[in-house]
Amino acid sequence: MSEPTATQDLIKGADEPAVNVGEVQDSRRSLWRDTWDILKRRKIFWISLVLLIMFLLMAAFPSLFTHKDPEYATLAKSMEGPSSEAWFGYDLQGRDVYARAVYGARTSIIVGVLATLATVLIGGLTGVLAAYFGRWLDAIVSRVGEMLLGLPYVLGAIIILGTIAPAQSNPSKTTIMAVVIIVLALLGWPIVMRIARSAVIQAKHQDYVQAARALGAGPLRIIFKHLLPNSLAPILVYATITVGSYISAEATLSLLGIGLRPPVISWGIAIADHTSYMRTGAHALLFPAAFLSLCVLTFVMLGEAVRDALDPKLR
Amino acid sequence: MKASAESILEVRDLVKHFPLTQGIIVKRQIGAIKAVDGVSFDLHRGETLGIVGESGCGKSTLAKLLMALERPTSGSVRIHGKDITKAKGAELKRMRRNIQMVMQDPYTSLNPRMTVGDIVGEPFEIHPDVAPKGDRRRRVQELLEVVGLNPDHINRYPHQFSGGQRQRIGIARGLALQPEIIICDEPVSALDVSIQAQVMNLLERLQNEFGLSYIFIAHDLSVVRHISDRVAVMYLGKIVELGTDSEIYDSPTHPYTQALLSAVPVPDPEGRETRQRIILQGDPPSPANPPSGCHFRTRCWKAQDICAQQVPVLERRPGSDHPSACHFAEVRDVVNAQ
Amino acid sequence: MTEVLSEQVGSGSRSGALLEVDNLHVEFHTRAGVAKAVNGVTYSVDAGETLAVLGESGSGKSVTAQTIMGILDMPPGKITGGEIRFRGVDLLKLPEDQRRKIRGEGISMVFQDALSALNPVFPVGWQIAEMFRMHRGTSRAEAKKKAIELMDRVRIPAAKDRVNDFPHQFSGGMRQRIMIAMAIALDPEILIADEPTTALDVTVQAQIMELLAELQRESNMGLILITHDLGVVADVADKIAVMYGGRIVEHAEVHDLYKNPAHPYSKGLLESIPRVDHKGQELYAIKGMPPNLLEMPSGCAFHPRCPYRRETCETDVPPLYTISGTRGSACHYWREVIDEGQR
Repeated sequence: MSEPTATQDLIKGADEPAVNVGEVQDSRRSLWRDTWDILKRRKIFWISLVLLIMFLLMAAFPSLFTHKDPEYATLAKSMEGPSSEAWFGYDLQGRDVYARAVYGARTSIIVGVLATLATVLIGGLTGVLAAYFGRWLDAIVSRVGEMLLGLPYVLGAIIILGTIAPAQSNPSKTTIMAVVIIVLALLGWPIVMRIARSAVIQAKHQDYVQAARALGAGPLRIIFKHLLPNSLAPILVYATITVGSYISAEATLSLLGIGLRPPVISWGIAIADHTSYMRTGAHALLFPAAFLSLCVLTFVMLGEAVRDALDPKLR
Repeated sequence: MKASAESILEVRDLVKHFPLTQGIIVKRQIGAIKAVDGVSFDLHRGETLGIVGESGCGKSTLAKLLMALERPTSGSVRIHGKDITKAKGAELKRMRRNIQMVMQDPYTSLNPRMTVGDIVGEPFEIHPDVAPKGDRRRRVQELLEVVGLNPDHINRYPHQFSGGQRQRIGIARGLALQPEIIICDEPVSALDVSIQAQVMNLLERLQNEFGLSYIFIAHDLSVVRHISDRVAVMYLGKIVELGTDSEIYDSPTHPYTQALLSAVPVPDPEGRETRQRIILQGDPPSPANPPSGCHFRTRCWKAQDICAQQVPVLERRPGSDHPSACHFAEVRDVVNAQ
Repeated sequence: MTEVLSEQVGSGSRSGALLEVDNLHVEFHTRAGVAKAVNGVTYSVDAGETLAVLGESGSGKSVTAQTIMGILDMPPGKITGGEIRFRGVDLLKLPEDQRRKIRGEGISMVFQDALSALNPVFPVGWQIAEMFRMHRGTSRAEAKKKAIELMDRVRIPAAKDRVNDFPHQFSGGMRQRIMIAMAIALDPEILIADEPTTALDVTVQAQIMELLAELQRESNMGLILITHDLGVVADVADKIAVMYGGRIVEHAEVHDLYKNPAHPYSKGLLESIPRVDHKGQELYAIKGMPPNLLEMPSGCAFHPRCPYRRETCETDVPPLYTISGTRGSACHYWREVIDEGQR
């Protein structure tokens, strides 16, 4: 009714294609469609997508990238530099650095993705429930979340890992990874909880939720049909970036010797193994570190591209 | 369709106080916002009851109470004799079929992630026995046609429609369960002037076609007059005057009604130099701390000592043919007298 | 006014009105395309005069006002043509520092939403005083005294005690008064009020409109009232310009337009007001909806909704036909529209 600012006018104008001239043109436009339209025009999105596919392939089929066995050690070649035979050289135990970097992708990505998934599930569920039901449930969830957030990440990880996975035991590869994934999710969910909670609180007061209640819709319907779809965008963006930060968190923990450890192959372990050989054999440190950085960067760039595309302020 | 005398909605002594609390851990009530403070009225079959009042008068809270979206502090809302404020679970769900609403803001009242078909069809999903599954798409398209939208647009999203069209979608959703009562909470105030008339006409046509009863809440007095059979004027949580449209507009007896009517600018510049205006001083007091006695006395030019001591009852007073909550109720035609 | 300005007085002036908007064009460049928000708007205001600019959302009425004030966001906005002359000087050609000087002292503006237009972290008195300190270099104490005077002038009760209160401590009506106090602080010659009462209740709206009229009488300001409310226009305006799709479709003395509109759009608006004698009947409704600025209809922007439409309307953009000295209509068939109204 009243005339808002010029930009709002334009948003409104841009919002209403075809309809105003009364054409029957049934394009299924939605937020995701709009997002895709913006994404596909962004260079950074394509770059990160190509890198992402490369890393995913590396994780799924490492043999596509190297025919060498990452476990095969020739002690005689220990710390030998890059050559035509081994592009990245050999590590302390005489294993191929490139092959180990390629095989390390799988661990890092599995840990990053699974930990993120667990984080989103725990955080999303608690956040939605806390926001929807409020009162004591909200109070408990919020306080627990604040306590965990108040705890420095590494300190928390040291305490938990030190307690549940003492270094003396001899667990399987899966157990080692599972423990790290659980620790990351356990310490990370409060952030997702906060995002979900505030998104749902915001959506909860929208008229369409009131309208659904007036129709007689129950809590489950309101949560799954109305609240979740409208709160998903910020969680999705955070999750994408989180995969990257979990990969680097895993490396940090491994470097400290409390995260992953052999026989698991990971970038973090490779870095940890060679930190003291920086001056004599930088290659053994450099290449896993480069892979790690590139992979983290990929997820962060992707997350940022998605965030820009979803950001309502830019629409 | 002419309104009959049969009451399908009876509101009695409805009160909603929102507690004001202080303290973080131990919450202590330090007062209450008296949003709705003792409201009673009947809605007859096929009629439109207009409710006018300014922001903070409690008209939107009243709408939420009638829709059972809020529980009242006390009082009752009976639909066909059954109290919706006490109903729970399956019974409440069944009662909701009979009372639906159209909301003010067509931009926030539709879920942006759902298609028009999903939005208008949602009532059928919640109440599956109203329309069998195979029949729903057809029913939704019928509804779209009834409200003047292209039924082929069933797969579009709300943002592909203009404000007026969205309001039609909201109306279609409200009609889906074939309710007898529709609460319209400022249904046209967010729309452009040229679109308002379209939506008003639609609401009137639907009323005639389906025999609906409306509660039409608005702040625009000319819009309310056009559509209403009876009008209730609210001020700070209370109805101060209640009557047929001509009783309220042509012979208002409550000073607030008179001031409100006289404040509305007349869309005709003829004679504006000589037009008499009642201009009230100040703003409405806070509903958290309303004045004693008559809530309007702090802005009233007629106020006497009795107004501070006694709450005026909404009743028919000498010299008038409709109820008014003023100790000094007196007819004064402010609209036609110029 | 600044010296530079006074030297130039008269140089570019044609009709000699205090403020003239002449054939203004404004576009917005967006992701979805170019939106032509203002397409050749011309109007003028003189001292002591009230011009009402009437239009719906997207009609370009606010964009025009923002362009006059020089507060249009550029980009996405872009002025593609026209002049805005204040005392004969084209504001669009002035350097920013001189424009800033005119803003507040020459032309000032009151916005619809007083809560967001006021800074929440400063006391209102400080914000009013800042106008004097910024433009006049008035001392702190003096500026505060003036702020209290102004708050008195816009009838804020107990101004002296409230000068240190923050915006959120005031009601909507009082905040709008504070906005008005800031706008008139430097005695501007033109006041633009953009939907000043839309967010307010009817009884408060009446207070604010009365205040504006009073201030105008006192200081002989020119007032541009931007609104969508036909009632408010009828109450206070001398002249009226009706905007549709970024154009002025009709301009007239207010009495003439209400008596007998000369453009189908203004006619439709007037007819769609619910009136007592129409009760129980269908309201007249302009069919269709306002145009999309990105896809303006060809020819006359109103033609898809117009009951007077002929073929020419779909192809030819109607110029603003002069009907009489003060009156114009951008309709090919304005004679027909007027004749029908006389019957």
